[in-house]
Amino acid sequence: MVAAACAAIAIAIGIVISYLIHWFPVQASTQAKNTDRLYHVLVIASIPIFVLVVSVILYSVWQFRMRPGEELKDGPPIHGNTRLEVFWTAIPTVLLLGLVGYSFVVLKENEQGRPAKEVQIQATGEQFAWSYTYPPSVTGGAPLKSDQLYVPLDQSVYFNIRAKDVIHAFWIPAFRLQEDAVPGITTHWRVTPTRLGTYPVVCNLLCGLGHSLMRSKVHVVTQQQFHSWVAGQMSASAGGAASSTGSSG
Amino acid sequence: MRHRDEDSGVQTLMAARLKQPGFLRGGLGILIGIAFSALLTWVVRSSTGHSTFHHYLSSEAILTVSLIAAPLAFLVGLGGFDYWFYWAAGKKTRPEDHSSHGAYTWKDYFRINTDHKVIGIQYTVNSFFFLLVGGLIAMLMRAQLAQPGSHFVDANTFNGLFSVHASLLIFLFIIPVFAGLGNFVIPLMIGAPDMAFPRLNALSFWLLPIAGLMMLGSFFAPGGAFADGWTAYAPLSDTAPVGQTFFSMAVQFAGASSIMTALNFLVTIITMRAPGMSFFRMPLLVWANFATSLLVVIATPFIAASQFFILLDRGLHFNFFNAAKGGDVLMYQHVFWFYSHPAVYIMMLPGFGIISEVIAVKARKPIFGYRMMAFSLLAIVGLGFTVWAHHMFTSGMAAWIRIPMAITTAIIAVPTGIKIFSWLATLWRGVLHLDTPMLFALGFLTTFTLGGISGVMLAMIPFDIHVSATYFIVAHIHYVLFGGSLMTIFAGVYYWFPKMTGRMFDERLGKWHFWTTFVFFNLTFAPMHILGLEGMPRRVSTYASQFAGLNLFISLASFGLGISTLVFLYNMVTSWRGGPKSVSNPWRALTLEWQVSSPPPVFNFDRLPTVVGGPYEYGVPGAVHGIFAPTPAAAGSGVLREPSR
Ligand code: HEM
Ligand SMILES: [Cu+2]
Ligand SMILES: [Cu+2]
Repeated sequence: MVAAACAAIAIAIGIVISYLIHWFPVQASTQAKNTDRLYHVLVIASIPIFVLVVSVILYSVWQFRMRPGEELKDGPPIHGNTRLEVFWTAIPTVLLLGLVGYSFVVLKENEQGRPAKEVQIQATGEQFAWSYTYPPSVTGGAPLKSDQLYVPLDQSVYFNIRAKDVIHAFWIPAFRLQEDAVPGITTHWRVTPTRLGTYPVVCNLLCGLGHSLMRSKVHVVTQQQFHSWVAGQMSASAGGAASSTGSSG
Repeated sequence: MRHRDEDSGVQTLMAARLKQPGFLRGGLGILIGIAFSALLTWVVRSSTGHSTFHHYLSSEAILTVSLIAAPLAFLVGLGGFDYWFYWAAGKKTRPEDHSSHGAYTWKDYFRINTDHKVIGIQYTVNSFFFLLVGGLIAMLMRAQLAQPGSHFVDANTFNGLFSVHASLLIFLFIIPVFAGLGNFVIPLMIGAPDMAFPRLNALSFWLLPIAGLMMLGSFFAPGGAFADGWTAYAPLSDTAPVGQTFFSMAVQFAGASSIMTALNFLVTIITMRAPGMSFFRMPLLVWANFATSLLVVIATPFIAASQFFILLDRGLHFNFFNAAKGGDVLMYQHVFWFYSHPAVYIMMLPGFGIISEVIAVKARKPIFGYRMMAFSLLAIVGLGFTVWAHHMFTSGMAAWIRIPMAITTAIIAVPTGIKIFSWLATLWRGVLHLDTPMLFALGFLTTFTLGGISGVMLAMIPFDIHVSATYFIVAHIHYVLFGGSLMTIFAGVYYWFPKMTGRMFDERLGKWHFWTTFVFFNLTFAPMHILGLEGMPRRVSTYASQFAGLNLFISLASFGLGISTLVFLYNMVTSWRGGPKSVSNPWRALTLEWQVSSPPPVFNFDRLPTVVGGPYEYGVPGAVHGIFAPTPAAAGSGVLREPSR
């Protein structure tokens, strides 16, 4: 009884702590919000299981450890219990299927179909930098090539991800999204940024000697700032300046 | 005159020793292998109009061919194939007089030996050697990572360090050490005099040091060691310096060794069980190795293929993975993970077996739900082949594949859970002997549960998309491989140490080893979960300054973990040399290996065992697992204990 109460308290404390720990970088997209919610559900489902396992171990060590004089004693010859075994097969199965089902719901939310208005940007990885192409649908003229990433707030952005040499991974932790950039194919992800600011873009797949430093930035700006940045870049490149080098956000 | 006599005496002695199997003839084999490779390369290159030896490519070609030919020639020299050559040539084969059984001095461990007990120890010691090397490499990595932007090693060296670290620990430690413990214990457990194919057994051992030295040797290759992780993703591995070839070939040798041993286990377990040892009377360690061997023989050819693809891409421009020439980059990952996911169970199931043995004996109770324990192993074998693409959720493969693979990945946790719950129920109401093997078993239960939980989290696609390839994965794999596999290995080594060496280990040091390992392990690896969630990628030699604090903490903890291993090493070495002699059955276990002397007689059973009951009948009054036929000498008085049921 006391032991069960201790376990319940441990579970409660665990769940409280799981909310106090600062697990993630800032949430800067709708996807990040959904994924973080999924994570908290997973943690809350896991804590009772872990506490259960540890409690049984600690309780057994406490209650059933060999005392002096029991050196030759054996435990009771219990070989099993079919009902218990069915129980601990069925319950985890249901729990796991429930969790994976919920993860599909979140996945669907995160990867929702194409909205009416969407900004498309091509991200290209090469050893050891990212470059971006803003297509005519964004620039209203020729495609714009830049080594800087600007995305508009509260608007769906669709990345076409490519690689020039080896595999890289296009990861923006603040958005909780990544996908490999693979030579020969184009991969994608879709994000709706929800927070202004500058966040790291990280190559998350070993791509050679410079991999550790293949980091840059994404700037989430208002839609107006986004369009004026694009327009500025366009006129700069039209003026013959090398595309965007030297300018900073 | 005398001088000339002596000289020719020495010469004939040398000539005689060169004809004898052994290291000298093996060395000669290496030279012949290299010469052959040079010749072959020269013939092929000049006949196809390619430049001669001045070109660096041709020396790379010689090196590549040598990595195949020289080890094989070495094995021929060592005597690994002698019997089969004699037989194939129609010469008189030396009848198996078992002269190569047993080890009488330490030197006997450096020869081809066909005794499974000697091979088991060769395997185990060899594996622990590579554990120490791999651990040392990890210390170097943590030194580099103690601070962001440090220059303890350069980026190329660092990439080589983590690649060799992982490859050694996976292919030269965890997989073979289980095969080693199984080699020693399984024939004894099932009442067999040896493995089914003793010569194959010897050969499969000698492939391992070759594979390990090849991986280490890559540090001396031009351009440095292979440096794209143990996963060696193409196309990076296609274009890497020649060190990559060392990995590709080492994997072939280690893989061949795995396959041979697995076949040996399967045939031994199926055909050589003692009378009365039905499948459902087998100890769970035997079940576990049976299941593992099924995984090995089915899966291992796939990693062999993946590395042959890389070799052909590198050496002969087959362009399997060259997208510009129509190659398919993702295909490498599919073939690789079709082995390497089952491989994670190859690295875990034997450990499950060890834990079942230790917990039943140390809790003095039968395993709870024995049959479900056996069936869940088989379920893992089956399901293990249906989840590989969970390593590729962010790879850019067709999106739909993620859905079924996520479901199977979640479901595979069910049989794993069944095992954990059954162990817990076995503890319940037992009489727990909390000595070193049991402490490691209990430690395993806690840390492995955490690894299983993070595994289930990784099955959830949106979450995996964020943390795939980050330090969260590093945390997961160390919770399952260190907190899981290695804990079971320590439990098993302590548990069978008296049987293998005939001596007892120092219990006090064993407890020290456990507690330091357990504490420093968690301090080292738990914070890595947070690093990954916060955005730190794996396989980097430097990182953003926001991660500096946790990384320094991890590095310090990891040095503590390194030191805890020294306690183990000291205990093993001194106890083996001078520990108190062990009785034959110090744990009062029922399984057959404990019913013979420690160490066991050269042919295992001087009296034939007959199995009359289950392996874990603790608490059943008077129950035994096996009885022994009376010896011819002492007929009538030989039965150890009468069967009661
Ligand atoms: C409950 C059981 C388990 C589940 C559900 C599970 C799930 C996963 C998943 C989904 C990944 C891929 C993560 C990613 O790369 O994005 C992964 C990685 C990995 N798992 Fe597990 N796992 C389980 C148990 C184990 C066990 C028992 C082992 C080995 C003893 C293991 C070893 C590994 C390794 C080595 C990797 C990383 C491979 C690499 O990328 O280098 N896992 N696991
Ligand atoms: Cu990279
Ligand atoms: Cu896997």
